[in-house]
Amino acid sequence: MHSIPGRRVIMALFLIFLLLPIYWLVNMSFKTNSEIVSTMTLWPHAPTLQHYRRIFTDESWYSGYINSLEYVVLNTIISISVALPAAYAFSRYRFLGDKHLFFWLLSNRMAPAAVYALPFFNLYSAIGLFDTPWAVALAHCIFNVPLAVWILEGFVSGVPREIDETAFLDGYSFPRFFIKILVPLIASGIGVAAFFCFMFSWVELLLARTLTSVQAKPIAAIMTRTVSAAGMDWGLLAAAGVLTIIPGALVIWFVRNYIARGFALGRV
Amino acid sequence: MDKTVNQKAWFLVLPVFLVVAFSAVLPLMTVVNYSMQDTFGNNQFFWNGVGWFKELLDPSTDLGGRFLASLGRNLFFSMVILAIEVPLGIVVALSMPRQGWTVAACLVILALPLLIPWNVVGTIWQIFGRPDIGLLGYVLNAIGLDYNYVSNDIDAWVTVIVMDVWHWTSLVALLCYAGLKSIPDAYYQAAQIDGASRWAVFKAIQLPKMNRVLLIAVLLRFMDSFMIYTEPFVVTGGGPGNSTTFVSIELVKIALGQFDLGKAAALSLVYNLIILIVCWIFYTVMTNAGVERRTQAETEPAAARKPVGALQPVPALQPKEGVA
Amino acid sequence: MARIDLVDLAHSYGGNDAALESFALKPVTMTWRQGGAYALLGPSGCGKTTLLNVISGIITPSRGKILFDGQDITPLSTQKRNIAQVFQFPVIYDTMTVGQNLAFPLKNRGVPKAEIDKRVAEIGRLLDLDPYLNRKATRLTADAKQKISLGRGLVRSDVAAVLFDEPLTVIDPELKWQLRSKLKALHRELDLTMIYVTHDQTEALTFADTVVVMHDGRVVQSGTPAELFDKPAHTFVGYFIGSPGMNILPAEVRGREARIDGHVIALNRSYDRLPAGAKIEIGVRPEFVEAVAPGPGLLTARLERIDDLGRIRFARTRLGDARLAARAPAGFSSPDGTAGLKFDPSHVHVYADSLLVEGAA
Repeated sequence: MHSIPGRRVIMALFLIFLLLPIYWLVNMSFKTNSEIVSTMTLWPHAPTLQHYRRIFTDESWYSGYINSLEYVVLNTIISISVALPAAYAFSRYRFLGDKHLFFWLLSNRMAPAAVYALPFFNLYSAIGLFDTPWAVALAHCIFNVPLAVWILEGFVSGVPREIDETAFLDGYSFPRFFIKILVPLIASGIGVAAFFCFMFSWVELLLARTLTSVQAKPIAAIMTRTVSAAGMDWGLLAAAGVLTIIPGALVIWFVRNYIARGFALGRV
Repeated sequence: MDKTVNQKAWFLVLPVFLVVAFSAVLPLMTVVNYSMQDTFGNNQFFWNGVGWFKELLDPSTDLGGRFLASLGRNLFFSMVILAIEVPLGIVVALSMPRQGWTVAACLVILALPLLIPWNVVGTIWQIFGRPDIGLLGYVLNAIGLDYNYVSNDIDAWVTVIVMDVWHWTSLVALLCYAGLKSIPDAYYQAAQIDGASRWAVFKAIQLPKMNRVLLIAVLLRFMDSFMIYTEPFVVTGGGPGNSTTFVSIELVKIALGQFDLGKAAALSLVYNLIILIVCWIFYTVMTNAGVERRTQAETEPAAARKPVGALQPVPALQPKEGVA
Repeated sequence: MARIDLVDLAHSYGGNDAALESFALKPVTMTWRQGGAYALLGPSGCGKTTLLNVISGIITPSRGKILFDGQDITPLSTQKRNIAQVFQFPVIYDTMTVGQNLAFPLKNRGVPKAEIDKRVAEIGRLLDLDPYLNRKATRLTADAKQKISLGRGLVRSDVAAVLFDEPLTVIDPELKWQLRSKLKALHRELDLTMIYVTHDQTEALTFADTVVVMHDGRVVQSGTPAELFDKPAHTFVGYFIGSPGMNILPAEVRGREARIDGHVIALNRSYDRLPAGAKIEIGVRPEFVEAVAPGPGLLTARLERIDDLGRIRFARTRLGDARLAARAPAGFSSPDGTAGLKFDPSHVHVYADSLLVEGAA
């Protein structure tokens, strides 16, 4: 009943619109550079894996993936672990300045990365974290921690208060209650929050690029190197692009049944 | 739900407070500091007071002109993409299949653009739109349109907008879909019995039930489009000329390109302030909507409300049914 | 306004090919008279909501026909059936005022504005909603909202029947009484066919002239509250209606005698042709068994406890493995923990495979 006439057609057209540019990227990644530049072909006439081979054999390329995953995972862990107790506090208690604090947190979710790029650069250089995954992981906390608090607060509020009270009456200490009872109850909420933290940390580039130079350079930044004296290496660029889509696609596949539920909170 | 007053809750919030303060307050203080100073390089600064701010808001100066022009472009951009993405997102959400494997398939494909790193989104469209090697650019030129986003202002704009629609409409659609999913079947059945037309169902049930998620969608899309940097930077580099130079691009140019720290810092502050104000307005509107929802929810028993998230209400709270 | 006939109607959520035993609604043929107040009574999952949704057209039945005044309307959509339905939880159009909510079904059907205003004012008055007509409906209490849902059903003058799907679930107990008597009053005033689904026997017995009891997808009995009480057609009806429910005891029945544990209970009628191999039970309501001091010729049971319900006391006893409740007259007490049971023969019924057997005079 919540669908409209012609919905199949609309959906199909929209999905084609979404997939067409991605198809083109994948298509190009399997072409040789000469095929790309010389002819317009809808599929690779001389399919090649040379670009992928190059990425997987050249350390400066594949280390980019490792660096990216490293700070993304670090950031997700930090964000969730600090956000959990705070989400509980916001959901259950009133305290001095709670509303202002909540708004201040949320406003950071909206802070433009460009504003922080330079000060972060100075800050992390000063404390010796520049060009480490920690710098990027901490920097991404500025938007992921508020987000995680927001999402988790919704899930904690869905747990009836009676459960806390019963647990305390049964003699649970606060930390034990938290780990043994609350966390399992909101496990799917933690999953949803982790998904979004992963997502926003993975797609962000400006801060990640500003805070790294050699050691911790993310894959997305390495891609800009494909411009060389010999012109653009389009095939290599496309292959690298395809490889950056894969982790996201995998994550979506695993959480596909939770996507709607996560969005249902209206808290993204 | 009435919450208990407990100042100790601050201990629970402390880690978040420290992490965010470390990442937000410290850098912001540096920004404020810079914004009042000028530098001749080699780390020598001198006091400039509110000079940069005056210049920033005065269109006759170079800095002010660039800032206000990019701000105008940015606002226009945000309005355009909102006008496209919100209605389109609603239509897509309404077009979602009802059940079966196609639901999961559509969700996965919809979510795909959201998980692509932003510069790769730029790259994808850069390649896709090029007249020489891109499918889109090639086809448009083949059918007689003179399309080239590198040299033509309008083409560049269209490309950036279509790219944003491609990238973010899914977010609006997924939010709306979630809103639609939370409408109990009884509403549709009642509407059927009341003889409501398809359009009346949309206006009387679906739109009102979606208004909260729509508000969030508008907020997120406005904010993110207002801060947009990476995607247009990769595709057009802000050009041709300055035609697609948005505020963030301008800011990075000044800060990291020219190392004009004072100007950049002043721009950052004003930029941040605008975002903060818009954010505050939305927050207020939303909390008010929340209060309204809450008073409404209080009059309904627990079972009438959809459980938040994955959690089912505890069995004890559900109305008991059985032999009376 | 119409007479509703169900002809061999059945529904399975698994499609028509599913085994008949798995049908949510097993084949039923019955007539609902115009202007009647019916209750569909049964525990959760007995198929009563399925039956209701089939009548309103939300569900298309797997087999069988529905006739409104003799006309087959099975293929018609809900919109075309002129049915009003009130759901378990109030359905309110959030953005509209109370008045607009009430006007919605008429507006959708293109009724002229003057007529709409007249009907809305009338229904608003009937339901005591007139002070709120211009208020937003979302801010009202649950019972006011449920009244609006009801009002949307009543506002059309041509509805064939009004269906209620456990409409009072969310209402506070004291308001429940008020709303229920309001419904009864409306029924008298408007001469509408009303079908009321509930699992609460008090609600069903006070609202309806005719109670239809469902069990496991089947209509097991339909009759006045008195009939259901005096002569349950199925052991389930006996057990489900009345508090405490009917005592059902396995027994050997021959002629005018039932034997339990070698004791003889006299019967008012003669049962000579009981189906062979069937499970034979006798059923008697606690109200018609008296607990007295044990004596010769009386069945002796172990007394477990006495429940005092205020106006009446019930002795809970055990007879072998079976439990039996009996009326305990004032002054009854049992020093040794046993009680004699005195049956009223005219109210002892015999059941074969759970179905009532009519004895010969």
